[in-house]
Amino acid sequence: MTAVTAVPETTGASGLVVDGLRKEFGGRAAVEGVSFTLRPGGSLGIVGESGCGKTTTARMLVGLETPDAGTVHLGGRDRSARARGRAERLARAREIQMVFQDPYLSLDPRISVSACIEEVLRLHFPLDAPARRRRVAELLDQVGLGEREAAALPRRLSGGQRQRVAIARALAARPQVLILDEAVAALDVSIQAQILDLLAGIRRDEGIGFLFVSHDLAVVRHITDEVVVLRAGAIVESGPTTSVLTSPEHPYTRLLLDSVPRPGWDPARISAGRRALA
Amino acid sequence: MQQNLLEIDDLTVRLPEGRAARPILDGVSLSVAAGEMVGLVGESGSGKSVACRSVLGLLPERARTDGEVRVAGRDVLTLSRDGLKELRTRQVSMIFQDPRASVNPMRRVGDFLTEGMRAAGVPAAAATDRAEELLDAVGIRDPRGALRRHPHQFSGGMLQRVVIAAALASRPSLLVADEPTTALDVTTQAEVIAILTRLQAERGTGMLFVTHDLELASAICDRVYVMYAGRIVETQAATDLFDRPRHPYTAGLLACTPRVEPDAAPPRPIPGRPVSLAESPSGCAFAARCAHAQERCSVEKPVLRQYDGQGLAACLRADEGILL
Ligand SMILES: Nc1ncnc2c1ncn2[C@@H]1O[C@H](COP(=O)(O)OP(=O)(O)O)[C@@H](O)[C@H]1O
Ligand SMILES: Nc1ncnc2c1ncn2[C@@H]1O[C@H](COP(=O)(O)OP(=O)(O)O)[C@@H](O)[C@H]1O
Ligand code: SF4
Ligand SMILES: [Mg+2]
Ligand SMILES: [Mg+2]
Repeated sequence: MTAVTAVPETTGASGLVVDGLRKEFGGRAAVEGVSFTLRPGGSLGIVGESGCGKTTTARMLVGLETPDAGTVHLGGRDRSARARGRAERLARAREIQMVFQDPYLSLDPRISVSACIEEVLRLHFPLDAPARRRRVAELLDQVGLGEREAAALPRRLSGGQRQRVAIARALAARPQVLILDEAVAALDVSIQAQILDLLAGIRRDEGIGFLFVSHDLAVVRHITDEVVVLRAGAIVESGPTTSVLTSPEHPYTRLLLDSVPRPGWDPARISAGRRALA
Repeated sequence: MQQNLLEIDDLTVRLPEGRAARPILDGVSLSVAAGEMVGLVGESGSGKSVACRSVLGLLPERARTDGEVRVAGRDVLTLSRDGLKELRTRQVSMIFQDPRASVNPMRRVGDFLTEGMRAAGVPAAAATDRAEELLDAVGIRDPRGALRRHPHQFSGGMLQRVVIAAALASRPSLLVADEPTTALDVTTQAEVIAILTRLQAERGTGMLFVTHDLELASAICDRVYVMYAGRIVETQAATDLFDRPRHPYTAGLLACTPRVEPDAAPPRPIPGRPVSLAESPSGCAFAARCAHAQERCSVEKPVLRQYDGQGLAACLRADEGILL
């Protein structure tokens, strides 16, 4: 299947290349000098406490927010420059898809699951109605949903099922990069593990790159290859996930790691460490 | 035997006829002794909050109950209005997940902290001094200044400290904390937990700590109860539960929780999903998701029984040592 929109051919670095991103709100920098590369089909985690600029970074990548400085390239094409015309805007929208923490807020409450996925297909691909229906069924099957869920309105679904819908809708666009912003944070652990499994399978089968935004280091450890640690809008440490989480260099990364509850955990020591860092 | 501070004894809570297929709580028994930190763990909808609120005598509207909830020996479910008021102002305090839901956004933090003490007859100046002390104890810098500020001037983590300070103002013997750190960052969670455990140890307060995070409960509690579909399915000392779970659901929860340790196995999902109130499976409520289920599991209801050691588990196959 090919996209409706023709994308200009370019050469250069592959993957998602982010360089020197900056965003201010009311004179304060929410994101400052953020650079990283997500290789094609790779999985990169962005971790840090709430307010450190994770969502703002993600929103600049999809184009929901305009950077004050810096560039975003995908497959060598500049996404940060102004789009020339509808075709390019559509192509950009298709290439990077995003899944949020609360899919309920991003799903139209009045339309059924299958209609919501069809909408995306209609926007991006020249399919006739039967082909579109086949593709919807295929996508829902891929995320483990059946006919009953296809006909349902979002509010009839559980949190885990809604997140499956949001993932199917994102996949419908055949993106190169999927940004998951705290996408499993609100789910119960048993359901969270199911969605993580599903995501791992999708990455294996489709070769889509993941940008996994999370405050949960344990989740990040299992779903990413590389990680950047954000603190107050700036990157304090980055590298392969295993080495960053096994031998963190920056005291802030160490503090984040020590804060994860486990047997023998000493919360008093952590709060002392946090005060020392402040 | 020493009397427990809190004894929930075979508590069953049912919604009015036709509103649910099964009870919200089904024969729940748990206890908290003075100075003890007890965890109640389960996924959302398992009944944790309903159990917590019952300790304050709060129940879903028109719910029918069986069993008793005793605080210091008195059944709160049969208390008079005055008795309930006394219970809530002097004996039991509760901390909820969302600190913003517990405070009035229009009022100053100082008023919020002193109102309970004032109602209990403490003079204004003494109440203010005490509020300042409490804010200091929960790690709020410039406590005097904080008293004059409004809730929106605090971050979530700071406001949860204020709520904890307010909960401690009445010097309760029992603290019920319903997911008090779920909405907080890990570092802030660690700080809030450090405060709670320190104050709890200093004051000998008994604490029922509710969380969906088994890892967190095992790290900070003396004993843990695991709940599934309104029933307690297992209870053990925290370290034993973590090392040697007896119930397949507990083992499943441990296996599906992602771990940050370098050698940890990837999270292994539990198939299916929790039992809703509209479903009333016969036999074991976990059977549809259990890798060890046999035919009899969907017929016989397992009851909590003791196996070697101190713990209890409600699994028909626990004695076979299927998890050991
Ligand atoms: N639209 C906005 N207007 C003003 N400030 C904002 C806006 N969006 C985010 N911020 C601020 O930017 C900072 C980073 O926020 P965010 O990217 O949402 O962090 P995170 O996702 O890591 O929690 C925060 O201080 C937040 O208050
Ligand atoms: N006041 C109420 N009226 C009707 N149903 C309720 C009420 N409170 C809780 N429930 C239902 O009881 C079950 C257990 O809820 P709850 O105790 O809040 O679970 P948890 O705290 O473990 O997530 C849920 O199915 C919930 O919808
Ligand atoms: S009783 Fe049967 S179904 Fe229930 S937990 Fe035990 S083995 Fe599994
Ligand atoms: Mg965010
Ligand atoms: Mg609850």
